Amino acid sequence: MTTAKEAGLVACRSCASVWPVAQEHCDRCGARLVSRHETSLQQVMAWWAAGLICYIPANMYPMLVTETLTSTQRNTIVGGAFEIAHHGEYGIAAIVLIASVLIPISKFMAIAYLCLSVHRHSAQSALGRQRLYEVIEFVGRWSMIDVFVVAILSSLVQLSVVASIHPGPASLTFALSVIFTMLSARSFDTRLIWDRSDCNNNELTEAA
Amino acid sequence: MALAATQVSDTKSESAVAKTASSELIACPNCDWLYQARIPEEGGRAVCKRCHTVLITTRQEAGIRILALGLAITILVAAAVFFPFLQISAAGIGNRASLLDIATSFRSGALVLVSAATVMLIVLVPLVRTLLLCYVLGPIVFGRRPAPHARIAFRTAQELKPWAMTEVFAIGCAVALAKVTDLARLEFGPAFWMFALLSVFVVIHDAYVCSWSIWKSLEDAE
Repeated sequence: MTTAKEAGLVACRSCASVWPVAQEHCDRCGARLVSRHETSLQQVMAWWAAGLICYIPANMYPMLVTETLTSTQRNTIVGGAFEIAHHGEYGIAAIVLIASVLIPISKFMAIAYLCLSVHRHSAQSALGRQRLYEVIEFVGRWSMIDVFVVAILSSLVQLSVVASIHPGPASLTFALSVIFTMLSARSFDTRLIWDRSDCNNNELTEAA
Repeated sequence: MALAATQVSDTKSESAVAKTASSELIACPNCDWLYQARIPEEGGRAVCKRCHTVLITTRQEAGIRILALGLAITILVAAAVFFPFLQISAAGIGNRASLLDIATSFRSGALVLVSAATVMLIVLVPLVRTLLLCYVLGPIVFGRRPAPHARIAFRTAQELKPWAMTEVFAIGCAVALAKVTDLARLEFGPAFWMFALLSVFVVIHDAYVCSWSIWKSLEDAE
């Protein structure tokens, strides 16, 4: 009943095989072997900060520029969602708000929390934090919805003077923000959660 | 449920573990817990007792199904790229866009980056991943020696997984529809339905890929 590290071994995170601790590359899949990514948290926070910096202009600048015969309209992410809600499509507006506001913000908070909890040797349930990490990793990509919507609309709605839609600068910063936070989550070494948690014993009896 | 299906047993003693790093051992990639690998019954799965990560899944004829779905995905992606995806009309003027047009819609300055990212995420990455999996599994399923560089190919395919966003794009289409309802009339083209089917195939395809089993069969086949 032990971890690979305690047994003097190193596990390959790519194929789950196990090797002597001195080995540098996995013989089975060729991935680099690292028992624990000691600089993992720094990498996570670096990508996290980059994502957060990009998220600010993503919300301030227009995502979509709609030109019709009579007017030019610039919509930010949140403005666009309210516009949709205004037309009575509440479900779609909710999807946009969840994907572009709720998910990114909760992701920023959750990653920061996970890093802090590992750094401070938190006594919170390791299983709970592992679950939180899995949720973050799963939902992260769904934030790209709004970028894809802009791509679809700006290629499709090109009706000369009647109506045309162009992407705004926010589409770039928002896409970057999503990519950076995905990279941030992926740099996190979840084994650190388990190493430094004090409640390993509880979970073991639970599982036995 | 998940725990009941656990088929990996904890390593008995440290001395047994320390002997050699044999391929019989399996460590949970998420929490580093060490197990003696035992392949679960057909249709079952082995779950890490500590963090509940699924370590091994076995499905009947997974290899041939991955190949078949891979072929279907390749054909659908190729078709969906060139056929019109959505059509629009307002005040007598119409426009239609294929996936290729959509992916290259950001034309000005730095926004070209977004265009490149869109092409990658919705067309290239899913396609490359599928082709790599076919390349790796093809020879194994038919009992041949693994193709050259199969290991790198499979590792790359697994690395690409989170970046394949076919199903995200499908939801994006629904949102796009709602956005232009008052501006113009939108219709689905043939490629839209191919793409809807494609999203479902990609999800099923992923469910069949068990990393550990494929590594094991790659190793056994050599």
